Amino acid sequence: MRVAFPFSAIVGQDEMKRALLIAAVDARIGGVMVFGDRGTGKSTAVRALAALLPPITGDDGKKMAVPFVDLPLGATEDRVVGALDLERALGAGEKAFEPGLLAKADRGFLYIDEINLLEDHIVDLLLDVAASGENVVEREGLSVRHPARFVLVGSGNPEEGELRPQLLDRFGLSVEVRTPQDLDSRVEVLRRCDAFERDGAAFVADWAKAEKKTIKQIAKAKALLPDVAMPDAILRRASELCIAVGADGLRGELTLMRASRAQAALDGKDQVTEKHLVSVAPLALRHRLRRNVLDETGSTARIERAMDELFR
Amino acid sequence: MIEDALIAAQLCAIDPGLGGMLLRGGDGPMRDAVIAAMVAGRTIRKIPVHIDDERLLGGLDLAATLAADRPVARKGLLAEANGGLVVVPMAERLDEGIASRIAAVMDTGVVIAERDGMRRQDDARFLLALLDDGVEDERAPDVLAERLAFWFELSNARSPELVEGWFTRLTVLRQAQDCGVSDHALQAIASAATSLGVTSARGALLTLRAAKAAALFDERNSVTEDDLILAIRLVLVPRATQFPAPAEETDAIPEDSDPGAQSSGDATQALEDVILDAVRATLPPNMIAAIAENGRRAAMSKGKGSGAKLKAQMRGRPVGVRSGVPRGGNRLSLIETLRAAAPWQKLRREPGDKRVRIRRDDLRIKRFQSRAETTTIFVVDASGSSAAARLAEAKGAVELLLAEAYVKRAQVALIAFRGTGAEMILPPTRSLTRARRALAELPGGGGTPLAAGLAMAGEVAALVRSKDRSPFVVVLTDGRGNIALDGTADAGAAKRDAEGAAKAMNAPGVLIDISARPRDEGRAIAALMRAKFVALPRGDAVSVRDAVKAS
Repeated sequence: MRVAFPFSAIVGQDEMKRALLIAAVDARIGGVMVFGDRGTGKSTAVRALAALLPPITGDDGKKMAVPFVDLPLGATEDRVVGALDLERALGAGEKAFEPGLLAKADRGFLYIDEINLLEDHIVDLLLDVAASGENVVEREGLSVRHPARFVLVGSGNPEEGELRPQLLDRFGLSVEVRTPQDLDSRVEVLRRCDAFERDGAAFVADWAKAEKKTIKQIAKAKALLPDVAMPDAILRRASELCIAVGADGLRGELTLMRASRAQAALDGKDQVTEKHLVSVAPLALRHRLRRNVLDETGSTARIERAMDELFR
Repeated sequence: MIEDALIAAQLCAIDPGLGGMLLRGGDGPMRDAVIAAMVAGRTIRKIPVHIDDERLLGGLDLAATLAADRPVARKGLLAEANGGLVVVPMAERLDEGIASRIAAVMDTGVVIAERDGMRRQDDARFLLALLDDGVEDERAPDVLAERLAFWFELSNARSPELVEGWFTRLTVLRQAQDCGVSDHALQAIASAATSLGVTSARGALLTLRAAKAAALFDERNSVTEDDLILAIRLVLVPRATQFPAPAEETDAIPEDSDPGAQSSGDATQALEDVILDAVRATLPPNMIAAIAENGRRAAMSKGKGSGAKLKAQMRGRPVGVRSGVPRGGNRLSLIETLRAAAPWQKLRREPGDKRVRIRRDDLRIKRFQSRAETTTIFVVDASGSSAAARLAEAKGAVELLLAEAYVKRAQVALIAFRGTGAEMILPPTRSLTRARRALAELPGGGGTPLAAGLAMAGEVAALVRSKDRSPFVVVLTDGRGNIALDGTADAGAAKRDAEGAAKAMNAPGVLIDISARPRDEGRAIAALMRAKFVALPRGDAVSVRDAVKAS
């Protein structure tokens, strides 16, 4: 496979980058859903993230890369949850469990491009595991359970079918991406893609410094995260905002809180301020507004209006 | 036009990164010539529209697996086509799911099959030719079209001599190599994309590739003005969603948004002007139609595959297995097959033989159940007789029902009739975004071709049923049709046709009389449709919704 396009070299798309960085800092955020039209570089950005994740300590005490698993369309259920190891069953007549993609994604990221086209029964299965953090396999005479805690990252084009509300709700953050339309950015996109296609390795080397900086930023933020204080005043603000926009359920408030903390950590601050709250609120809340699906006013606009009123 | 298509085909041959071509219409020899130019000695693989995942992506090779006593994976068609050309005939019938799988492979250049107890990864870089024979609203899937540099409408091309000539001119394939491109050229492409209203970054990137390929085609190592003009004309113009702004306005854009580049400003300006002027001069005469079409493309659903019926056997929730031979889209359940064979092994084995003996009787196939989902077909009377307010209420009701359909993951379709005929405003879809837009643009006025509306609803219902979904028809009208099926304003014929169409409707439904003073016509039509009748003289959106829900 060819080298991945460097995350830092993606032009614009600040909101998407912010969401992915937050998810990299705090896995409990519950995943990122990226909505966007065709050709906006959704999957480029998500796949680029894989290179930015600071290594974790594996079971054997050694450093290992954070797993980043692509769930391809057309994957069958047995490959997702794991199943009987065919080779051993056929060859030696042994009953052994062959872990699936969910096991591989444990402690890492699970990416599904075109998630709205994923077959329903696979979606159900993912929902269940994402909620419990554990994969329970009871099939083909096997009885296995193993941890499967992963950050679910999905991308899709709303024109090609909506996402089920149950699934949408599972995502901590959601972003809407658009191709930058101002001329300078468009030229820059062309220039960087051209350079990357001509000589991928050289391009990646050129951006290595920026990438390293981001890796460091994530590592630092991860270390800082437990110490980031959440003042009561900000907590109250968060609740007020959720009530004002009519975001359903506790999940929104929790995510808003966690995302603000992660953002503060990314900024190198040990205390959450209103600025952090404001910068993550659209990401954390826009897919949780009580769905008046036909309201032409976008969710983003509704949140911004509420924030204007509250934080003036 | 055909000459352009042949040039484009050769550019594809030079740089497969251009993705390939979408060829709409065109008679045999013309299209064959274009494909031959693309192939340039590569292998060709055809993808039938009803291909299954196993053949497309790869899967377990049953015969080899049983012979070898260990799982043997088989390459899929996309991997087999590595380095060659993939042709999709009847691309307008290609299933969206299949299209998305192909698109994912095009993006990464590898095909990953995580299927049937095995994982297989193969290189799969190929050119794609979508042959679209669609009529009217049928279209090759956008998700694939977007990734192809060139879109051509071949229907009116007719010049056999030219094609002959080109065949003899097909030269040795030039190797793709690096090709210089100036910053000015990049700016020219970006501003052309902006002025033609092409928002996708992919469109601009493909234009750049095409310009480079054009330079290589002429054995040059740097992109010239002519290359840019050609690339913009062949890649960007067919994607245009708006007319390029007049010259003065485009001049102003770079200056306003790019104060930092003043030093290079003049040269850039000149190049952009030259190129935009040249592109303007070559805009095809059917540009307006094409732009309207691109706008519609975004709003319209794609043609759904005839493979959908087959899908019922292959997709959905697995619901156990039964004995049977895997063929015709049925998938083998290897585990269950082995389990069935296991007890007999001792009896079947020869002494000293360790192989697993599997007989035909052991074979088990998977059964799948796709949930019988509902497709609600709205037939809305948008004629003058349902006054504007009524139409607004009908729209409101449809919106409310849509919102519920969305939660239940059902599909909706929308047919409007007015003037002299019925129109499919929204083919069955699950996308609310699209439904909302289609509704907002629904115009009103004119005669009441009730017969045409009902006839179309009947056709759509039959289509829905053929895809193993349950149709439900909701007709909003006053039941007083005055236009016959043939479009004439003949009251008698209109009544007869409407009654005939209602009788022929083979789907459950409800007819909602939205006229201010309901009369018997609506009830009569409902009876012929064997549908429930609801009169809602003051029917606001909410009560219409409740009426449908109660049915």
